[in-house]
This record gives sequence, C-alpha cells and structure tokens, in this order.
Amino acid sequence: MGVGIEVTNLNAWYGTNHTLQDINLNIPANHATALIGPSGCGKSTFVRCLNRMHETNPIARVTGTVRIGDLDIYVDAKPVEIRRRVGMVFQRPNPFPTMSIYDNVASGLKLNGYSNRRGLDEIVEKSLKNSALWDEVKDDLRKKSGASLSGGQQQRLCIARALAVDPEVLLMDEPASALDPVSTSKIEDLIFQLKSQYTIVIVTHNMQQAARVAEKTGFFLNGRMVEFDSTHKIFTNPSDKRTEDYITGRFG
Amino acid sequence: MNEEKFKFRSRMRALTDSSVTALSILATVLVVAPLVAIFVYLVYKGASSLNLDFFTQIPKPVGEAGGGMANAIWGSALLLALASIIGVPVGIGGGIFLAEYGRGTKLANAVRFTADVLNGVPSIVMGVAVYALIVKPHIPFLPFTGHFSGFSGGVALGIMMIPTVCRTTEEMLLMVPHAVREAALGLGVPNWRSVLSITVKTASPGIITGCMLAFARVAGETAPLIFTALGNSFWSSNLNQPIAALPLQIYVYALSPYDDWHRLAWAGALVLIVLIVLAVSLVRYVTSRGVLKGAS
Amino acid sequence: MTVHVPDIRISRPQVQPERPIPDAQKLAGESTSDVSAVRKFLLSRGNSSIADAVFHWLMVLCGLSIFAIVALIAFELVLRSQLSWQKFGLSFFYQAFTDRETHLPMFWDPVNEHFSALPFVYGTLVSSFLALLISVPLAIGLAIFLTEMCPLALRGPLAFLTELLAAIPSVIYGLWAVFVLVPLLRAHINPFLIHGFGWTGLFNDENPTGLGFLAAGVILAIMILPIISSLTREVMTAVPHSQREAVLALGATRWEMIRMGVLRNARIGIVGGIILGLGRALGETMAVAMVIGNTPEIHRSLLSNGSTMSAVIANEYAEAVSDMHFSALTEIGLALFIITIIVNALAQLLIWMVTRGTPSQVH
Repeated sequence: MGVGIEVTNLNAWYGTNHTLQDINLNIPANHATALIGPSGCGKSTFVRCLNRMHETNPIARVTGTVRIGDLDIYVDAKPVEIRRRVGMVFQRPNPFPTMSIYDNVASGLKLNGYSNRRGLDEIVEKSLKNSALWDEVKDDLRKKSGASLSGGQQQRLCIARALAVDPEVLLMDEPASALDPVSTSKIEDLIFQLKSQYTIVIVTHNMQQAARVAEKTGFFLNGRMVEFDSTHKIFTNPSDKRTEDYITGRFG
Repeated sequence: MNEEKFKFRSRMRALTDSSVTALSILATVLVVAPLVAIFVYLVYKGASSLNLDFFTQIPKPVGEAGGGMANAIWGSALLLALASIIGVPVGIGGGIFLAEYGRGTKLANAVRFTADVLNGVPSIVMGVAVYALIVKPHIPFLPFTGHFSGFSGGVALGIMMIPTVCRTTEEMLLMVPHAVREAALGLGVPNWRSVLSITVKTASPGIITGCMLAFARVAGETAPLIFTALGNSFWSSNLNQPIAALPLQIYVYALSPYDDWHRLAWAGALVLIVLIVLAVSLVRYVTSRGVLKGAS
Repeated sequence: MTVHVPDIRISRPQVQPERPIPDAQKLAGESTSDVSAVRKFLLSRGNSSIADAVFHWLMVLCGLSIFAIVALIAFELVLRSQLSWQKFGLSFFYQAFTDRETHLPMFWDPVNEHFSALPFVYGTLVSSFLALLISVPLAIGLAIFLTEMCPLALRGPLAFLTELLAAIPSVIYGLWAVFVLVPLLRAHINPFLIHGFGWTGLFNDENPTGLGFLAAGVILAIMILPIISSLTREVMTAVPHSQREAVLALGATRWEMIRMGVLRNARIGIVGGIILGLGRALGETMAVAMVIGNTPEIHRSLLSNGSTMSAVIANEYAEAVSDMHFSALTEIGLALFIITIIVNALAQLLIWMVTRGTPSQVH
C-alpha cells in the first residue's frame, strides 16, 4: 500500500539559483498525481527533492519539510534509506548496460545484499508482470542484456526494476517523453494499474497524459506551485488565470 | 595591381603548396621506412635465433653455445606479478578518487597534474629512489632490505604503474553515462556499492585495457632493474635475491662480445616485441569497439 | 474605428471523466506476505554510512599515494646526495679538474674522488637537442600528412604504426642501434659528414667507432618522434573545421590553409608536444647508454664519445663502492629528477591550455 506525501515550505536552490519557492502540497496515497508546467518551472527538481536525489548535486540545497507517511525524510532517515522506499523512473530509460534483464530487475535487491535465489526469481517475475514486460522477455531473462531491448521495453524494465524493491511511492519524471505513442500508451495503462498499490507522482509535459492518468494535478510555474486540485477541475475550470493560459496553450 | 606581379605571386604560392606537400610526404616516408625496417630486421634476426631451447633453458656458461632465456622470462613474470599487485589496486583506487569522489576539486586537479608529471620522470630515477629506500639500508625487521632483490625491482615497477593506471581508469570512468549512476542511486544502493558494482563494472573493459597498457610499458623497462633486481644467470623464484629479467638480460647480452649472446638478445627482443604488439593491438581493438558495450 | 480582437480560445484538451479506481484489479502474484518481506529486508539494511566513509577514505588514500611517491623520491634523492652536495656545492655541475699527468681537463675520477657532472650535463643537452633538431621537422611533417593529406584508408594503419613505435622499449631501440645504426654511421654516414662538413668543427675523425653523440641523437630522435607527432596530430585535429574553412574561403592554397588556419591555432599545443618530447629525451637511459660511448669527456665533435646523466647512473650505480661516488651519482639523479619535472610540468601546462584538460583520443 502506498503512503501520502506532505510537503511544507519546500525551497530548493542550485547554487544561487532559487529553483523552488515555498512549495506546499499534500499528495494523496494510492492515487496518481500529475505535475505539469512549462520547461524549467521546477517540477523535475521538485520530484527529485522527494527522494533526496536533488542533493546529489554538490551545489544543491534544500530547506523545508517533506513527510512521506510519518517519516520526515530530511530529518529521520539517510538518503539511501529513503530511496529504497521512494522509487524513481527517469526520463531516458537507463537500464544497467552490463547486466541481463534478470539482473537489472533484481539489482535493487542484490546490490543491497538480498541473496535468496528462489525469492529473487519470484520477485523478478512479479515485477516484470506488473510492468507488462513479462510475456515479451520471459524466455530471455538471463540471456539478453538490459540494453538490447527497444526504448519502450527498456523503460518498462526500469519500472520493473523500481517496483522490485517494493517502494511505497513511485516517482516518474516524464517517463514516456522519449518513447513512441504505442509504448507511451502501454506505460499509461501501467500507471493506471499500479496506482492502487503505490502512490504515484508523475511529471509530464503532456497535458493530455495528465488528464488521462491522474486524479490530482499540480501546475508549476517559475518555481512556484500555482494550483493543485483534482485533474477534472484543473482542466475544465481552473481557479488561476495562469493555469488557464497554460492549458489553453497561450504559452509553454 | 600589376598583373605580372599577381601571376608571379600566384605561381609562387602554388609552388610553395606543392613543395610542402612533397616535403610532408618525404617526412612521412623518412619516418615510416626506417621504422618498418626496424620491425622487419627485428623479426628477421629474432626469428632465426628463436627455438625451443630459448624458452626452456637457462644461459650456458660463457663460451658454450646454446642455452636460452627461460630464467629471464620467468623472472620477468614474477617481477611483473609483484608490480601488478602493487600498481593495479592503488592505481584503480586513485582513478576512482579522481572520477567519483574528487571530481572538480582542487585536490583532484593537483593529483591529476602530479600523476601526469610523474609519468614523465625517467625510470632510472625511480630505480635510484627504490635503491636508496630498500636496497641500501639494512633494516633488521624487514627481510627484503639491505641487498639486491627481485622484491625491490617489483616495487620499482609497481610504483611506475600507479600514475598510468590511475589516469586511464579516470578517463574510462568519466565515460560512464551519468544516467547509469543515477539509476543506481535512485534504487537506494549505497554509494560505495554503486561505484564498485555499477560504475566500475560498466567501465571495466576500458579499465582492464588501461592496466594492460601499463603492464606492457613496465614489461620492457630495464633501467629501474639494473640496481634493484640486478639480474641472475641462474634459475630463481626467490624474490629475496637478485632475479633475472628479460629486458635486463637483453641489455647485458647486447653489450657482450659473444655472438651467441647476441643471438639470444635478438630472440629475447622478439619475444618482448610480440608481447607489446599484442597488448597494444588488443587495447586498440577493445577501445575501437567502444568501452561501454551496449550502453546508450 | 476600433478593431475588436476576439478573445481567442484554443481548444482545450479532452478530459476523461474521472475513472473509478479499479480495486478488483488482481495484480500478478499478489501476496502481502511477499511484499512486506522485501520491505522488511530493505528496512533492516541500515544506511551503510560506515562502509561509505571507509571506502571514500580508501580511495582518497589511493589518490594521495601519488603525492607520497613524489615526496618519497624527492626525499631519498636529497638525503643520499648530501655528501657530495656538501663537499662540492653548486660547482658540482660546472667545475673541472686537471689530470695530473696529461694536464688536460678531467671531470669524473671515482678513484681520487673528483666528481664533476659537467660532461654528463653537456652530453644530455647535446644529445637531446640534436634529437629535437632531427625529429621535430619530421614529426610535424608526419602529423601534417596524417591530418590533412593522408587518404583515409592509410590513416588507420599509419596511426597504429606510430602508436606501436611509441610502445617499443628503450632497450630494443638500443639493440637495434648497436647492431644496425652504429655500423651504418661508422661505414657510410660519418665519413660523409667528416668529408663534407668537417670544416664546421662538429665532425672530426678521431673516433672511428660510430658511437658517440650523433648515434645517441639519432636514436633519441627516432624514439621521441612518435610522441611529438601524436600530440601534434591531437592538437591539429582539435582545431575546429570552421577555422580551416574560413581561410580556404579567402582563396588560400592548402599549405596556406594549414599554416594560417591550423598551425597558427595549434602552435601552443605543438610547442607543448615538443617540450614533452624533450622531457622524454632528457631522461632516456638504455638506448643512449648503449651507443654514446660512456666516456666522461667533453668534445665539440658530434662524432666523439660522451656520456649523459642517465647513462652514467645506469653504468656505474651498481658497482659504485665509495659513499662519495654513490652520493655524486645520486646528486646527478636528483638534478635529472628536477629538470624532467620542470620540463614535463611546463609541457603539461601548455597542452592543458590547448585541450582544456580533457583527454582526447587520436585514431
């Protein structure tokens, strides 16, 4: 089961660049939440603050509170521990090039010391089924390398890899932007199925995608969160003029 | 403008252009021809002297015909093994530091610069330093000190490997795409595990070829061994004593007055060259196929 | 008349009505005990901050080992050369003694403990600069040919050959020089030089062996040529094509394009490559020791025997007996160390200025 995310007064900097300003929002558990906004508005930075990947950059800085479930992630735990509970799928598929499909999916567990062979087999199969990739690769699990798959398959492999560690939250940073329409719709279907089990936050450039997939949507602009509401309301009757301008295509 | 003058100028320019082209081709020929000649002569002289005895026998006493360099080949193998044990781990560690932990810092820049400068220090100076450190002083509780030994030779060679391995490892690690590191971190893999099992493993073909290059380089080094390992006409596996080495033996035999030893020197040179050509070719092959197999 | 600009509404995206969350979806292998087992396992793993810190510091230590090596070498060299440094001081490098019997200048006499490094400094400088004189034009010519004129099919093999030549050990060059180069010089080239250019004073016929400064200079030239050539090629290839095109568009011939568009931009790097070659030549030991004649004397003729700093160390270090002899040799080693560090540092700086520190591969 997923957990909710509570963000209070989040501010983030890259060096002197004040990338995120005073973000406050509550992301509901077991729902898919979409974050939309023009390029450079800070939505990628925001999700990277949710699993403490933002601070891997030496000039990055964060203030504010992020509570995932009952855990204040910047105070109560170390980044490594957080990232095992908050999974991430990146914009460009990045399977480990030297590993087979099986090893890719199992990597999160094996590299953390999990050694039960039969347990791993089960988890790999389950994760691949959950990411709708099992049927396509089940005969080549150990023979094919992760990088030999097509783009869409690679991204589903990355999703399977993220799911294998059984996170409570799944962050997706424009997961389908590098993919063709068929793969994109497969991934959207996936998100649909997965959100009953996990809390999903998806950053997307594609407003139609947000509309198709998410119950809640947040609109980011210039480092601030302008509006956060149910998807239906955002796209039919937004409260803020800037939101309306964005979704009607006046800018961005 | 004077048309005559213009025509003359143009002709001069064209003439200069053709002359330079001719000179460049001449330079190339002047460079390539003797170098090819060296190779061909080496192979010819070496091949005619190479026989099974070379690999199986130790040198015969002065004046007797025959014999081989088996002890020198074995000695070189032992020395290079010791050198690799010292040079490869420390060198790779240094490369990991430069690429993963110190990237962009002043310390890393200083280390990198120093490593490049160290690569240019003459190998004989390394030999002098190791001699002064290990061979000359007699330290009672350290058994390898106070005398010529294979151990000191191996240490000298190992120290020479460190800067080379360090820099090539760094170059290879920098080629690993950032996305791969991010994927590992995003899974909650501890940093040290991510560096070793993901980043280093991805770059491992390139790192291995870097080690091979350093290995081939020290395999041919003679100067640091002259007064550390010293050389030995007999079969020995004891690193606590002087030990024979292939390049060292070639040097001694080349300067000797005996034709038979000259023959052995050529044969030894051929063996050494073959080893180095193999290493360089392998390196070129691996790097041309791409360091990262399958990485996007 | 006012123009009424209608309020433009671009069509809105289709919004699906809210779908009910399918809770009956049976996800494959759904079993809560499995799920929490993995989570429990991962929660128990801890944050490995100790392992991270240990590994981090281990890597830092490896990096610092480079400094340790340099410090160690410097320390040992300075320590073991104290004896002769204190006795002779700086004059060690330029003093001359007089042979009691022949009344000629004498520099290196281990028996009577008269040590002057002058002949070795002279030999090192003469052989190195001779090597540069011979190799630099050839190396640059080769680089120009490979970069600008060579047909593509030939480029790979020639570059590979150059790489191989850089990898040949010094002792093998020395072997070839002793048995091929020196006889060649002795039989054909030296007589020609004496006959034709003896008036310059650089070629006299007192030494018929074929060994000497010229032999050393030639073999050194062959050895440093690949380095200078590779680096020149690297910096030439780094010059952007736009520079070449700009010059060509002005109506330049190919040579003029090379000269103004490429060499002018690359000249700092080329100088760096030359200095790097010089650094290698200064420290080269084995091949030089095998052909220079190993005589600690100074002569103007390039055909006479001599010695270099590295050659004398290679020849005498293993057999030196007296402490002063050792100390003198170590002091020469220290001087060699300092000179090559300065020269190499200068070369690296110049090359870094051109390539901005990014290592590039030349194929």
